[in-house]
Amino acid sequence: MSRQPLVTLEGIRKSFGDYVAVQPLDLAIHAGEFLALMGSSGCGKTTTLRMLAGLESPSAGTIRLSGQPINHLPAWQRDTPLVWQNLALFPFLNVIENVEFALKMRGVGRAERRRRAEAWLDRMQIAEFAGRAISHLSGGQRQRVALARSLVIEPQILLLDEPLSALDAALKVRMQSVLKSLQRETGITFVYVTHSQSEAFAMADRVVIMSRGKVEQIGTPQDIYNRPGTRFVAEFLGSSNILSGRVTGSTGPHLNVDGPLGHFQVPHCDATPPQSGQEIDFSVLGALCDLGPPGGDPRPNQIDARIVGEEFEGAFATIYLEADTGQELRVQKSQADIARLEPSPGKRMAVFWRAQDCHLLPG
Amino acid sequence: MSPNRDPNRSALIDTALRVWIILCFVFVFAPIAASFVFSFNSDRFPTIPLGHFTTDWYRLVVADPLVWSGLWNTLKVAGAVGVLATVLGFGAAYTDHRHDFFGKQAYLALALLPPTIPAVILGLAMLAYLSRLTLSGSAVSVIIAHVVICAPFAMALIRLRLSQMDAALEPAAWNLGATEWGAMRHVILPFCAPAILAALFITMAVSSDEFAVAWFVSGLNETLPVKVLGFLQGQVSPRINVIGSFVFVVSIGLVIAAQLLMAGRGARPYEE
Repeated sequence: MSRQPLVTLEGIRKSFGDYVAVQPLDLAIHAGEFLALMGSSGCGKTTTLRMLAGLESPSAGTIRLSGQPINHLPAWQRDTPLVWQNLALFPFLNVIENVEFALKMRGVGRAERRRRAEAWLDRMQIAEFAGRAISHLSGGQRQRVALARSLVIEPQILLLDEPLSALDAALKVRMQSVLKSLQRETGITFVYVTHSQSEAFAMADRVVIMSRGKVEQIGTPQDIYNRPGTRFVAEFLGSSNILSGRVTGSTGPHLNVDGPLGHFQVPHCDATPPQSGQEIDFSVLGALCDLGPPGGDPRPNQIDARIVGEEFEGAFATIYLEADTGQELRVQKSQADIARLEPSPGKRMAVFWRAQDCHLLPG
Repeated sequence: MSPNRDPNRSALIDTALRVWIILCFVFVFAPIAASFVFSFNSDRFPTIPLGHFTTDWYRLVVADPLVWSGLWNTLKVAGAVGVLATVLGFGAAYTDHRHDFFGKQAYLALALLPPTIPAVILGLAMLAYLSRLTLSGSAVSVIIAHVVICAPFAMALIRLRLSQMDAALEPAAWNLGATEWGAMRHVILPFCAPAILAALFITMAVSSDEFAVAWFVSGLNETLPVKVLGFLQGQVSPRINVIGSFVFVVSIGLVIAAQLLMAGRGARPYEE
């Protein structure tokens, strides 16, 4: 992208005593994008968000907003509203007073701020609750109040810290589409922290996967899903089978790899190709694997394994298998395929895939 | 026996516990009730059988200028103590809530210590100290002494309230553009308002009841409890019952008001 980034983090590091929460981190956030910061708890995603909001100050590095350093600005001088994980609505104020709060702090007059707050309540479809106490709202309604309260100042950027984690599954999906369309309509840059892959993939234009304070991969959801950048990412997403072996040579576009589970063909990656004799990891999505009768001629890209379980997921099911080395494999199949294959626990089947569907994991 | 009786509870134990609670309350309140009854009794000495009903003692008390000056002193002192102790208590509680620092446990222990010091010792110490400052014997000295005793109560009440506050509220206010003062004024103070009022009432109640320290430092500006001792030393008079009843009604009124504020609707903390 050639546009100037809205926010840049340059060499941002944050430590609490001996504990390093964020390793030197470089990140550019573009105007108008929906960026998800994803990782398990303790990966530094929330700390990064809090540094953007000015609620933590970085131990080193520079944060720039539209090119200007903002490290020195206190939280109240940054227009970086945050939607809190627990929402942090003011319990002693009613709905519209909560929404007016940021305008009041900016010295906007009474009539003007009432008008602007009402417009946002309308937009969030909670106008009828304007005079209600926060304690008398449902979870979804509170969520909308929290969004309206942050958006009322019409900021360039909105920070969201796992705001949907307390909602039930159906409401979560509903709010995901509300958030996504809100972001598209307003053009406001959203930075969304979550540990949930489904939330990040459903909403974000770009996803940043973090682990132990480091960025593991930045990319579109499709990129990350299809081509995990590191072994960690592949394991974290959990939808791929991760295999390893030693490179023995190459045939055409493929590397020949020998591993404890058999012989495999893996496409070259664009960057420096591994040399013969090198140990490599590669991954293949469970959804791209197939099941068939075991045995026969030993073919590349086939592993015979014993079925250990099946997990129903609606239109699809994941079948778990255990190879002779004890490694777990997963295959995702439609219900129609399952009916045809009759995978019952204990049954031996062959897991196989096309060479072009597997993906070399860099270093 | 009702078929829907809670199978986890025994009727016998429930009844026994109810009786026990009633006995506890009787034990606590019987002397105070007796004081009420005898304040309307015509006999000079509190004996049974009672004489006839009279409001003579009330009339005597109302007609006594010494009682009025004592009451005035009490109100002056209680008002000033309430405000000062609540401000100090709020500051101490907020410091504890907002900041982590080396020696915080010691700070808390020191801040909460004064009520545990025996009143006579505190009174003597106050007298010695305040007379050095040539403040002893004035209403100001009673105020100072009572603020020392009362501020920890205010701190405890406000600290409790702050502990119920969602830790994200204050940073949320900053995030929305409130300066630290703005967050204090628009978030912390409104959230703590019930506890602040409760602290005001409780400290006023404690001050208006307090005897021992006031006796040491009040000099000629006696508060009502000190005045009562003066009466007792002179003669046994049912007027003491009158003043006792009055002080009790005022204090319990303040305490009840504080309780209502802490438990009332406005006091409900944010629920998830």
